[in-house]
Amino acid sequence: MVEMEKARPQWSNPLQFVFACISYAVGLGNVWRFPYLCQMYGGGGFLVPYLIMLILEGMPLLYLELAVGQRMRQGSIGAWNMISPYLRGVGIASVVVSFFLSMYYNMINAWSFWYLFHSFQDPLPWSSCSLNSNLMGYDEECDRASSTQYFWYRKTLNISPSIQENGVIQWEQALCLILAWLVVYLCILRGTESTGKVVYVTASLPYCVLIIYLVRGLTLHGAVNGLAYMFTPKLEQLANPKTWISAATQIFFSLGLGFGSLIAFASYNKPSNNCQKHAIIVSLINSSTSIFASIVTFSIYGFKATFNYESCINKVILLLTNTFDLEDGFLTSGNLEEMKTHLASTYPKEYSEVFPQIKNCSLESELDTAVQGTGLSFIVYTEAIKNMEVSQLWSVLYFFMLLMLGIGSMLGNTAAILTPLTDSKAISSRLPKEAISGLICIINCVIGLTFTLESGNYWFDIFNDYAATLSLLLIVLVETIAVCYIYGLRRFENDLQVMTGCKLSWYWKIMWAFVSPLLIISLLIFYLVDYILAGTLTYQAWDATQGHLVTKDYPGFALALIGLLVAASTMCIPLVALGTFIMNRRKRGNTSTIA
Amino acid sequence: MLVALFPTLSLVTVIHAQLCQPDAENAFKVRLSLKTALGDKAYAWNRNEEYLFKAMVAFSLRTFSNKETIEISNVLLCNITKRVSFWFVVTDPSKNQTLPASEVQEAIRMNRNRINNAFFLNDQTLEFLEIPTTLGPPTEPSTPIWIIIFGVVFSLVVVGIVLLIMSGIHKQRRKSKALTETGDVEDKYETVVTIENGIPCDTLDSKEGRINRAFAADGEKLTSL
Repeated sequence: MVEMEKARPQWSNPLQFVFACISYAVGLGNVWRFPYLCQMYGGGGFLVPYLIMLILEGMPLLYLELAVGQRMRQGSIGAWNMISPYLRGVGIASVVVSFFLSMYYNMINAWSFWYLFHSFQDPLPWSSCSLNSNLMGYDEECDRASSTQYFWYRKTLNISPSIQENGVIQWEQALCLILAWLVVYLCILRGTESTGKVVYVTASLPYCVLIIYLVRGLTLHGAVNGLAYMFTPKLEQLANPKTWISAATQIFFSLGLGFGSLIAFASYNKPSNNCQKHAIIVSLINSSTSIFASIVTFSIYGFKATFNYESCINKVILLLTNTFDLEDGFLTSGNLEEMKTHLASTYPKEYSEVFPQIKNCSLESELDTAVQGTGLSFIVYTEAIKNMEVSQLWSVLYFFMLLMLGIGSMLGNTAAILTPLTDSKAISSRLPKEAISGLICIINCVIGLTFTLESGNYWFDIFNDYAATLSLLLIVLVETIAVCYIYGLRRFENDLQVMTGCKLSWYWKIMWAFVSPLLIISLLIFYLVDYILAGTLTYQAWDATQGHLVTKDYPGFALALIGLLVAASTMCIPLVALGTFIMNRRKRGNTSTIA
Repeated sequence: MLVALFPTLSLVTVIHAQLCQPDAENAFKVRLSLKTALGDKAYAWNRNEEYLFKAMVAFSLRTFSNKETIEISNVLLCNITKRVSFWFVVTDPSKNQTLPASEVQEAIRMNRNRINNAFFLNDQTLEFLEIPTTLGPPTEPSTPIWIIIFGVVFSLVVVGIVLLIMSGIHKQRRKSKALTETGDVEDKYETVVTIENGIPCDTLDSKEGRINRAFAADGEKLTSL
């Protein structure tokens, strides 16, 4: 009997595939990491290394992964198995990294849900400090920090002073985490059929919210300060190697390469799909979203910095007015400086008494507070939102957007885990697809409850910083070398031409064969040197008595976990290659004895 | 008699002046920020406003300690600055002394709201410097609002999941029933078609009559060597 070609579930139309890739690639990193990098590494000037790295590294590697997935029509394990049985470990490493990522990433969605549900109150719970027990003043921790920091560290995380003190599971966070996993399960339940519809929403809604925020942000008082600060290029930063390394790293991680999600998505394509065009579209949209999001972020920054600066000035005015019993309204921000010198000369004794309390208000220093990650969204943005009019609406919109971005990325992560599992006949013949997805969600949810402990945020930071970074670089390096040198660039080029009908231009060939691998090797070397030079690894712990973060060293068991996370994924590649080699030798040995 | 009145009056004024001084015993400093509170609608602080203030303080003490004898003249203001700020004391009508600070403090705290409203000000713009304000307790609803919204979203998601799973099982049962109804001969060919990559076709939930494009691709029939 002729072997009929086995069909795969497919995207209903190519648009679903593009939307799925966009939804996966455009994630929280575009919103909370790129603006930070822009601020740190030269403002508008950062766009130069960013765009160069996009062309040298981002587009070629994205096209490579999509082409491999579309050609092999399998999840990551099956795809690399077809390239070379020794390289099945690459696929397994991708699945392991995706598993680690999905464990901790959904915690962010849980926090977004928490903030979203709390946005339906008037006034917003993080807008002012709660009162202490005798109702005479504010809660001490809240007073020392700020109300948004207090709400994040105390009311949301209920964070412990160090990673050793684990505390108990916060039931509110656990509920939000369970809800987040239920939502993810609802979206992946039916495979590409349901995922394909959901990505229409998760890919497009964030853009709607960003546009609304852009219009609002640009009309806020003081937004121009933030935009001017960000876009003024500080070209001297281009000489700093860290700028280029950060640009390369950001492009790399922002596109989500190496997780196997892109291979999984592309494997559901029609073989004749023009994935070259789609790769260019997705990478361009991803980068422009980053730039667009940073425009929004910086107008909000400008508003917040101006607001804080003006509050600071008003406090100084009030202090001076009260000390010298001047007429109310006499001191304004315009005449403050000359009046200060006048008062210093007229009443030197009183002025020197009150001088220590006079803060030097500076708009520059307010704008300089560069924050990234959860701190940006849950502390800085909430501070800006609470001062806007109709703050509940802006808060709901913002956290809904974060939720869409987070869930879009989770869909890609779970696809990276599920596709190899449903491809393997051993598992999928015994369990239906719904049961496999359900099992994955339950396992991840139970492990994820660790992040709802009082020290959960510290464990989250370990996963965030170490679970994916080094391993991904290695995985993508091996992927590129495998396709170009082990499978053969010419053979792959022929396959692509037969499949899609487009000829591979010299640009792609040069990038795949030389430039991108060299870039990744230099990134790897930089990371390793950085880890070694840093000596011991440290983390930021929240000190409730002081009201700010302090740096602490990781204890032994945390370092062991970090080592385990990195080793679990990277060791898959050599171990599986070795295992396959030994098995082949044994098989050859058997056949030779039989012959 | 007039001759006798003059020295008594001047004595009283001198004593009063001594009673009301900055940092005197039982004296309180008051600070008003009219321009901050009212902007353009700020009124000027003049003797009439001072009269109203004395009346409010006298009123507070009358209601608090039930001393019906306290008059406006018992409230003394001094050191009025342009800020506007001043000091005040309350004298005991029976004795020539100031009332204890704790009594005055409690009286003002009880009627703080009415005093504020009389001047269109609030706790921040009409400050009694030694009298701490009681911050209003936040209104806490009996069930936190977030739990209600959480419950709604949670139930919607669970209902969605259950519906999807049930419709999947339902379709699978319908397909397997249709399979058993057709003959055995067709079963052999049916099994080839319905298993795709190890996944049974029915769970894919493809619509009736949908063309499986993978079969249409001619090039795939030839397996690569």
